[in-house]
Amino acid sequence: MKAPISWLRELVMLPPDTTTSDIAERFTNAGLTVERIESIAAPVTGPLVVGRVLSYVDEPQKNGKVIRYVRVDVGDHNDPASDEYPASRGIVCGAHNFAVGDLVVVALPGAVLPGDFVISARKTYGHVSDGMICSEVEIGLGDDHDGIMVLDRGTPGEDATEVLWAADEVLDIDVTPDLGYALSMRGLAREAAIAHGVTYTDRYRTSLPEPTSEGYPVELRTPHCSAFTALTIDGVDPAAPSPKFMVDRLRASGVRSISLAVDVTNYVMLESGQPLHAYDAQKLSGPIVVRMAEEGESLTTLDGQVRELHVEDMLVTDDSGPIGLAGVMGGENTEVSDATTSIVLEAATFDATTVSRTFRRHGLFSEASKRFERTVDPALSYAAAKRAAKLLTQYGGGHVTAETFVGSHPEPHVVRLRAGLVPAVLGTSISDDEIIRILSASGVRVTALGDSLTLEIPTWRPDLVEPYDIVEEVGSKYGYDRIGLRVPTAPAGGGLTPRQRARRAAIAAAAHLGFTQTMSLPFMAGEDLDRMGLAEDDPRRKAVRLANPLSDAQPFLRTSLLPGLFHVVARNLSRSLTDLAIFEVGSGFYDFGTTAAPRPDVASRPSPDVLQQLDDSLPTQPETLVGIVTGDWLPAGWHGPAVKADWTHVVALAETVAASVGVTLTRRQVGDAMPWHPGRTAQLLVGDEILGFAGELHPSVIAAFDLPPHTCAVEFNLGDLLDLAPQGGRIGHLSGFPVAKEDVALIVDRDVPAADVERALVEGAGELLESIALFDVYTGDQVGEGKKSLAFALRLRADRTLTDAEAAEVRQAAVAEAVARFGAVHRA
Amino acid sequence: MSGPNDNYDPKQVAALSPEVIDGYVADALSAIEAAGSSEELKQARLAHNGDRSPLALANREIGALPPAARKEVGQRVGQARSQVARAIAARQEVLADQELAKALVEERIDMTLPVQVVPQGAVHPVTAIIDKMVDVFVALGYEVAEGPELEAEWYNFDALNLPSDHPARGEQDTLWIEPIEDAKLLRTQTSPVQAREMLTRDLPLYIVSPGKVYRSDEYDATHLPVFHQLEGLVIDKGISMADLRGTLDHFAKAMFGDVATRMRPHYFPFTEPSAEVDLECFVCHGESVGNPDRPCRTCRSEGWIEWGGCGVVNPRVLRACGIDPDEYSGFAFGMGIERTVMFRNGAPDIRDFVEGDIRFSRSLLGGAR
Repeated sequence: MKAPISWLRELVMLPPDTTTSDIAERFTNAGLTVERIESIAAPVTGPLVVGRVLSYVDEPQKNGKVIRYVRVDVGDHNDPASDEYPASRGIVCGAHNFAVGDLVVVALPGAVLPGDFVISARKTYGHVSDGMICSEVEIGLGDDHDGIMVLDRGTPGEDATEVLWAADEVLDIDVTPDLGYALSMRGLAREAAIAHGVTYTDRYRTSLPEPTSEGYPVELRTPHCSAFTALTIDGVDPAAPSPKFMVDRLRASGVRSISLAVDVTNYVMLESGQPLHAYDAQKLSGPIVVRMAEEGESLTTLDGQVRELHVEDMLVTDDSGPIGLAGVMGGENTEVSDATTSIVLEAATFDATTVSRTFRRHGLFSEASKRFERTVDPALSYAAAKRAAKLLTQYGGGHVTAETFVGSHPEPHVVRLRAGLVPAVLGTSISDDEIIRILSASGVRVTALGDSLTLEIPTWRPDLVEPYDIVEEVGSKYGYDRIGLRVPTAPAGGGLTPRQRARRAAIAAAAHLGFTQTMSLPFMAGEDLDRMGLAEDDPRRKAVRLANPLSDAQPFLRTSLLPGLFHVVARNLSRSLTDLAIFEVGSGFYDFGTTAAPRPDVASRPSPDVLQQLDDSLPTQPETLVGIVTGDWLPAGWHGPAVKADWTHVVALAETVAASVGVTLTRRQVGDAMPWHPGRTAQLLVGDEILGFAGELHPSVIAAFDLPPHTCAVEFNLGDLLDLAPQGGRIGHLSGFPVAKEDVALIVDRDVPAADVERALVEGAGELLESIALFDVYTGDQVGEGKKSLAFALRLRADRTLTDAEAAEVRQAAVAEAVARFGAVHRA
Repeated sequence: MSGPNDNYDPKQVAALSPEVIDGYVADALSAIEAAGSSEELKQARLAHNGDRSPLALANREIGALPPAARKEVGQRVGQARSQVARAIAARQEVLADQELAKALVEERIDMTLPVQVVPQGAVHPVTAIIDKMVDVFVALGYEVAEGPELEAEWYNFDALNLPSDHPARGEQDTLWIEPIEDAKLLRTQTSPVQAREMLTRDLPLYIVSPGKVYRSDEYDATHLPVFHQLEGLVIDKGISMADLRGTLDHFAKAMFGDVATRMRPHYFPFTEPSAEVDLECFVCHGESVGNPDRPCRTCRSEGWIEWGGCGVVNPRVLRACGIDPDEYSGFAFGMGIERTVMFRNGAPDIRDFVEGDIRFSRSLLGGAR
């Protein structure tokens, strides 16, 4: 809401010496946040004056242009050296949209227009042009390019900046949705009066009329319109201009001046908060009927758009059909024009919800709908219409010939409040007297009976419904900063849950391993899934679609976090950051078939069944960890060549993260599993549960996402890992006896996974085996085609010194198991 | 040990004369002195005090002497041998010191060389600051609550006193899940977690919930469609605005040092009364206000920084969650994490939070202390 200070000061008498910044500060502290203070001042320096066109000659030029040489009377600024009679100045002008006798705006030599455009006398087209006749654009007044400005008032030689700009300051106030009445100057004036401790008289609180239907016939056929005032004004001069103060204030408020009738309705809306509409009475046929739309109706609104109407749209109609979308926008068919002399003024009380739904349905935001959505004072329509009629007849002539008021004003809402609630909720002592004083200033009529206050809420405060609303009204005016500080004592807590601690450990472990955490937007294009090479029935295609995505290119929520990470890699590469080890932790979203979410009543706690339905309606949202590496894991340096990032680093990420929460991952070689390389990918498992995959990306995926060759990645379900994290743990007896070391080399087929051979050795060796490590992998002539040699170091230990024979026995048992499972050949 | 010498040869006995023994000692001492390394000293020891050395041989001859002579000669040879042994030990010590000193010089390494054992990793600043914020509340006895990002409309709006046509819904530009009739959305605030906790946990309730939230907002230098919030909720008997003010004041001091907080009336459907909480600028402490010579970038010379929203939990919300507002009351507050990082740690462009440039995450190495 833009509030011109001059207007505010007219409505409320603030203490002397109150500055604009004082007003702004007190508004902000009262919850009406002043976003900024705008200054309105002419963007022109030097002589800018009103001129009257005395005569002109149109002179065609060789270049095809026709210039106009004009003699302009600029009063005291006429050229004293000229012999011309009558006294004037000569100016060359390119525009032709004016006539002899018109008043124009003249920038004389020495004037500086916006953009540091300095005006001087100059010779052009065979004349001395002694200044410039200005357009709106040239003097920074507007964006009307249609030729020069023709004024409707002024005296030749008068300072035009006085005519064109009224110096003012404007507060741009962020009005919260509950305070509809603050979308009016009268509401702001009341708040200013309260904030500055002065009295306030509301010029719109007139006595209410008896309903009368003697004027223009009006019928309300829907309960969503509770009151309708229609005033008929005849004999209006259609050419009458809007008064300057009105144009200035409208412009300062961000509203363009259109015509007197329209300007008056806008002016009164800004002042009172009551939206109004002016109909051309000649264009109305039959009674005005407010009703809901019928199937198949349409209306061309003032913005020229044809609106197909919905049965829940409330309409203003006459015999011809719809003439306005109630509370939102009027229709083109009954619009006032420059020939309108007879006007029907509408000021009605339309229901907030109905208007809100209608303007959202049609995407038709208007100043009227913004106010109705926040509930317009239901007792205001008549007073606002009367004020508008007064302004219209004062400046446009004519008089009110008929009045209609149908509907009713509501009974005042009454709230009963136990006065003790206020200090209890605010946590400060505040006397009943002060509570009553504050509420009275806000327009509440208070009747006190002991501790019980009966509050009659003013019609313009629909936000004051429950006792807590009253507490807020008192507290905000009392000042929250006067409340003391107290830190409540929570019951002894258990700290982070084991799962939360495990998540922290997991993220810290990834960072310590050398991975950098990034976050990306979780939106995904359908093409991302295609580029990943996913089959039609891949679960990652069970993506959730947004109804109103930010970008039509990315209508889905991510299932896999990999595509987002690929984009992060691309961004880093584009910034010459080529050695990357990155991870992200976030939710994926999978819809394996969900139902609509219920919306139970909020008056009480929903039943357990409904709460279960609510949870069941939500898609699966696994917490996922993804990592990716490319470039060098370690750069080349004085100590040696670079270490290339490869699959081992993404596996290390998974294993390190798992280890940080106490879980040992196993890996299983897998083949075709897009987006992964068929020969370079492992499933990550805990027991039999598959958590995810790690390995090199498929070359086609690398190409599709424009990633560097051999980029490796990992993606697994972090949430499941955290669930599997053991709690507690056990610390056993530590043997102090020496270790017996046995090395074993086995030749197996090349495709036999080393992990499987290791598992066979572990299981064959039995409980004397303390640890096992693969220390060599060999392929070549010595082991033969299609074979490989795997060398393991076994460490055996017991609670006694093992003999050589015992150690050899364990080794043989281990080897025997590997031989049995894989036909391994023991290299002695 | 030799037995009595039955083949006594007086010529050989002459080899045990004092002059001869002294000569052996002199030879030994000069060789020891001449040894320039542990290795040379070892050679000298073998030559002059080893099993085949003249002194060792002389010692063997003692047994061949007449018993009367054995004592004197024995003493002489024994003294000689121990003199030589002491000299060797002393020399050994000197040489060891010299060699250690030399080795220490030779083993010198330029310890300023760059080292890299693993690449430099980092947690995202949002993660770091959430941890720090959460720790403040955990220390007060709060617990941390979590909830889904894709939520039911009921939890995100209805239960929080935001019915369908409430104008405040329009302010929270919501990303809806298709089809809209299914009443699901991406949560616009972390408050649905609070509703879930009120419905499931025992009272009293002291929780904070950090997490990701979504708005169909512009994507520019100061707006993100996806960002993080931290919300706090207390439900207990006798909770008032004073408890809220005290808690936020404590939180602010834990995060920013000795700063004041203030509250300005505001509107949130979830709370009544509602307020915005401002921080006293922790950089200029208000000294930049009206002082063009000392502008403050952190608070834009306003002296205060908007931090978040807060208020007393609206009784309607309590009722929707099955809590009796006559018995219990509560407060709630919430603030944006990215915004907090921005005015606490710089970060001029909010898009950097989600663009993934690794330099951004590495800016706050060691997290947010």
